[in-house]
Amino acid sequence: MLRFALGRILQAIPVLLAVITITFLLVHSAPGGPFSADKAVPPEVLIALEAQYKLDLPLWQQYSGYLGDVLRGDFGPSFKYPGRTVNELIATGFPVTAELGIYAMLVAISIGVIAGVLAAVRPNSIQDYVPMSLAMIGICMPSFLLGPLLVLFFGIYLEWLPISGWNNMPGDKILPAITLGTGYAAYVARLTRGGMIEVLSQDYIRTARAKGLPEFLIVFKHGLRGGLIPVVAFLGPAFAGMLGGSFVVETIFDIPGLGRFYVQAAFNRDYTMILGTTVFFAGLIIIFNIISDILAMWMNPRLQSKTHGPEK
Amino acid sequence: MNSEKRFIGTFEKGSSLWGDAWVRLSKNKLALAGLGLVIFFCGVSFLTPWIAPYGYEEQNLVLGASPPSSQHLMGTDIFGRDLLTRIMYGGRISLFVGFIATAVALVIGISWGAIAGYLGGRVDAFMMRVVDILYALPFMIFIILLMVVFGRNILLLFFAIGAVEWLTMARIVRGQVMSLRKQEFVESAYAMGLPRHIIIIRHIVPNALGPIIVYATLTIPNVMLLEAFLSFLGLGIQPPQSSWGLLINYGVETMEEYPWLLIFPGLALSLTLFALNFLGDGLRDALDPRTSID
Amino acid sequence: MSETISPATGSIILSSFRTITLVLFLTACESPETRVASGNKTGTLHWGNGTEPQSLDPHIATGVPEHHIISALMEGLVRKDSNTLEPVPGVAESWAISEDSLVYTFRLRPDLKWSNGDALDAHDFVWSWWRALQPALGNLYAYMYFPIANARRYYEGKLTEFDEVGVKALDKLTLQVSLENPTPYFLQLLDHYSMFPVHQATIENFGKADQRGTRWTHEGNMVSNGPFKLKKWSINREIIVERNALYYDNANVRLNAIVYYPIENGTTEERMFRAEQLHYTNDVPIDKIETYSNKKAHSLRINPYLGTYYYRLNTRVEHLQNKKVRRALALTIDRERLTKHVLKGRQIPAYAMTPPDTKGYFPPVSLEFDPEKARELMALSGYPNGKGFPPTEILYNTNEAHRKVAVAIQQMWKKHLNIDVSLINQEWKVYLDSETSGDYQISRAGWIGDYVDPNNFLDMFICEGGNNRTGWCNTEYDRLVLEEAPRGETDEERFDIFRKAETILMDELPIIPIYTYTSKNLVHASVKNLDPNILNQPSYTQIYLEGETD
Repeated sequence: MLRFALGRILQAIPVLLAVITITFLLVHSAPGGPFSADKAVPPEVLIALEAQYKLDLPLWQQYSGYLGDVLRGDFGPSFKYPGRTVNELIATGFPVTAELGIYAMLVAISIGVIAGVLAAVRPNSIQDYVPMSLAMIGICMPSFLLGPLLVLFFGIYLEWLPISGWNNMPGDKILPAITLGTGYAAYVARLTRGGMIEVLSQDYIRTARAKGLPEFLIVFKHGLRGGLIPVVAFLGPAFAGMLGGSFVVETIFDIPGLGRFYVQAAFNRDYTMILGTTVFFAGLIIIFNIISDILAMWMNPRLQSKTHGPEK
Repeated sequence: MNSEKRFIGTFEKGSSLWGDAWVRLSKNKLALAGLGLVIFFCGVSFLTPWIAPYGYEEQNLVLGASPPSSQHLMGTDIFGRDLLTRIMYGGRISLFVGFIATAVALVIGISWGAIAGYLGGRVDAFMMRVVDILYALPFMIFIILLMVVFGRNILLLFFAIGAVEWLTMARIVRGQVMSLRKQEFVESAYAMGLPRHIIIIRHIVPNALGPIIVYATLTIPNVMLLEAFLSFLGLGIQPPQSSWGLLINYGVETMEEYPWLLIFPGLALSLTLFALNFLGDGLRDALDPRTSID
Repeated sequence: MSETISPATGSIILSSFRTITLVLFLTACESPETRVASGNKTGTLHWGNGTEPQSLDPHIATGVPEHHIISALMEGLVRKDSNTLEPVPGVAESWAISEDSLVYTFRLRPDLKWSNGDALDAHDFVWSWWRALQPALGNLYAYMYFPIANARRYYEGKLTEFDEVGVKALDKLTLQVSLENPTPYFLQLLDHYSMFPVHQATIENFGKADQRGTRWTHEGNMVSNGPFKLKKWSINREIIVERNALYYDNANVRLNAIVYYPIENGTTEERMFRAEQLHYTNDVPIDKIETYSNKKAHSLRINPYLGTYYYRLNTRVEHLQNKKVRRALALTIDRERLTKHVLKGRQIPAYAMTPPDTKGYFPPVSLEFDPEKARELMALSGYPNGKGFPPTEILYNTNEAHRKVAVAIQQMWKKHLNIDVSLINQEWKVYLDSETSGDYQISRAGWIGDYVDPNNFLDMFICEGGNNRTGWCNTEYDRLVLEEAPRGETDEERFDIFRKAETILMDELPIIPIYTYTSKNLVHASVKNLDPNILNQPSYTQIYLEGETD
């Protein structure tokens, strides 16, 4: 396991390098520079600005300079927000996004696993159809629709919960977490159902049943471990994706997270900010993929020991 | 849909597996209802140019947004355009994009994932790291560049969507294949000297179909909403054309004032997805030999 | 087989439901006071401000959100009356203008202080204006200084000595400014943030004077001279400014603090207003206007705004080179219907580039809605009933309102001229790139006035104008705008010249004016003394909140 983890971490180096290189090229070939504006920019100003941000150097020099900076952990100054560094912007935005992501994940896992298990225990019954239909609605309901609906109902109609902000008022984290988590809950529910049905029909479960173990023990102790493998494989990349893709929820609820910066940076052609956030998220994706692969290995009886190997 | 194609394609070769599946599917009423509804929606979309009550671009600015009435069964949008007509035309685009782009994602994702999972070792590590890299690239910049380099083209839309959606598919398929590879029936096929590609296509992929179908039904709504987002950004379809995703997008903005602009397109999308979902579940169960006894 | 399970899982669901309801219930009980209510008690104005400001450095910033904050933090020589926009004393308590209108002598208030206690005098202005004209700083508003003698030449590097630029501190309290030409709107420019004074010691403490992006504007660092000073700047969350006790007129300032929220999404902002989290919104979503004017008309403020929404026609494109085609397109936009039924924000249909009544200037009107005439013109140009009209595209940047306008106009041209026009939306920077490189046919544009004078709307269409972008070039127009108008000493004289120029512009139609903007804000009933003006510039020194404690 340790060797596996180390190997994957070593593999991460070329991956990150490739991400930086490709992103660098993408960013510099996108039309419209960081300084183009509605009002015409006088040529004197453009020259001065490009010199200040070293954009007047040949591309390979900019690239090697940037790589050197990244190695030193410095993502450079933001082009869009003079006076702010990319590190600083990530440091202010990421904790918020991470916290939001963790709450959303908790929502997704708790609702999704419960619904999925319920459905898998009695497939093709009411107990299956109702949670799965709800899950389907959760998937159909994009966050740009669910968010406003929740806001209107709980925030404006019932006046129970704050409708925006983060850490400003008690309870202002509830609606964003639910909004972001619901879509993922639906996925988790469907994956759990599939995985559990698969596992519950396996021989070792039948053996356990034959032994007369209590059913909830079978389901939760023996079943879940195998049944959640697809969920775990999904959760790793999903969590990273959630962090990078939280901008819709951050916009709806006016949350000062990193997701907004990540998307706006692209629109602003804030070269250093795009690169910085991309590299940062790439690192996260790699880490979470490794974690989820290790977890899946640990949970999979097939990969772990041959003795349980189920026959077809 | 893609699975259906495969279903027909391999019918003759493994008639017992597919034949049994069809028998089982036809017993599943919900799945059949789903199939019927999908066929109905596709039929309506196909016939839209002949049966739509109005032109999709006909405006009536003075009328503006009006609630459902006998003239306009689903009401009109802020330009006074008939919503039913727009949903019918939108369905053409959404269903088309939904199926084709998902199929693209499936084909790439399954091939990539199956090869990586089956071959394992260094090839697997390399292929999955490529997936990691693609995951990490900034999507927005990618889209902006696509638009600039290739202009506006509906085919681009499939490319852009397929390019994003196949990644997760590949990861899922790879995981499935890795655990199937170790199983006896695969090992015996290998011992019999069957070529690798035959083993992958005939023995591994069909056995991994369950999760693939489930994921595919989950991908279709994603693809439709992604289409709306990309069209909004300027890649894909342009006004006065519309799609369900775009109609919903606009509907959300005015849901307090003109709720019907959200409800009807939302209903069309959800109904289709429910139908697909039940059909997908039915197919999954029908294809799984273990759930045969009922 | 599963009978034993359901109760177990069932109870899990039940208990989780219970927890959730409990959480909901607890938060519901606390039901905190709204920001508006607490703000009214403490004299804190909660202001929806659009986007996160790019910078608070007045020589770097360019946007409206930045303007709002900077105008609370700083003050120039002259301020504008919040209603009439006429110049009133600011840092300068009085001024004298020479006989030939070329020399302005400002008398500063005595004992002026920066927010850190340092004394502010005329030399601060000389240094600040020197800084604003350093090209390295990347000041996009440097052109505001160009009426000053030699400022332009210095900025473009044709002069190296700043001494030759027409700004002199005669003594600590006297600033003398000499101009290139009589510029009747010069006093107005002094209230633009690009001409505000900045604190030399602070700036030099954090970097070079002409260095972009130093930390001098950050929380804890910034020193300013306005009615408020910077208290807190949390990125993407809020910016808080608080009362500056050293401001010369502090006794008459009634607000204690202003909190600016960067809320990009208009729908979110509107909901926050409804939940009483904001006193003021930056905008009102199109579809909410009707609801508010029916139900809560008192919170809806719609006022004329000094800006024109127009379409650029690329005159380098073959079929748009024809003046008659351009006129036909302009004649078939039903502006009344567009503003009334699509935009709904009481926008004023525009038939000229300059908004009507810009400082008393009324543009000549030669446009109207006349499909009959338009069809004739099309037939004369060889496109009878739209036949043979080449494929044409409208380019707009991705935005709901632009889309709506384009969809409506697309249909009007189809209906009246029987031509098929397709729409293209591009992401902002791509759109700018297409427009400046001339890679478009028809493109959506807007211009918001920097100052109230027709010059600001007309000098952009000179041949070499960076904002022209249509390829249109008319030497007579250039002569009128660049040579004749600046020599006019009185507004009447100048306006006559501008009317001649605008007649040419509206005859040639390289642009199609569509409507004059309105500013649309939601304002809470407790906000008093927020006067409307066509620049939509709030005067924070006079605003107060009802129910505030003294």
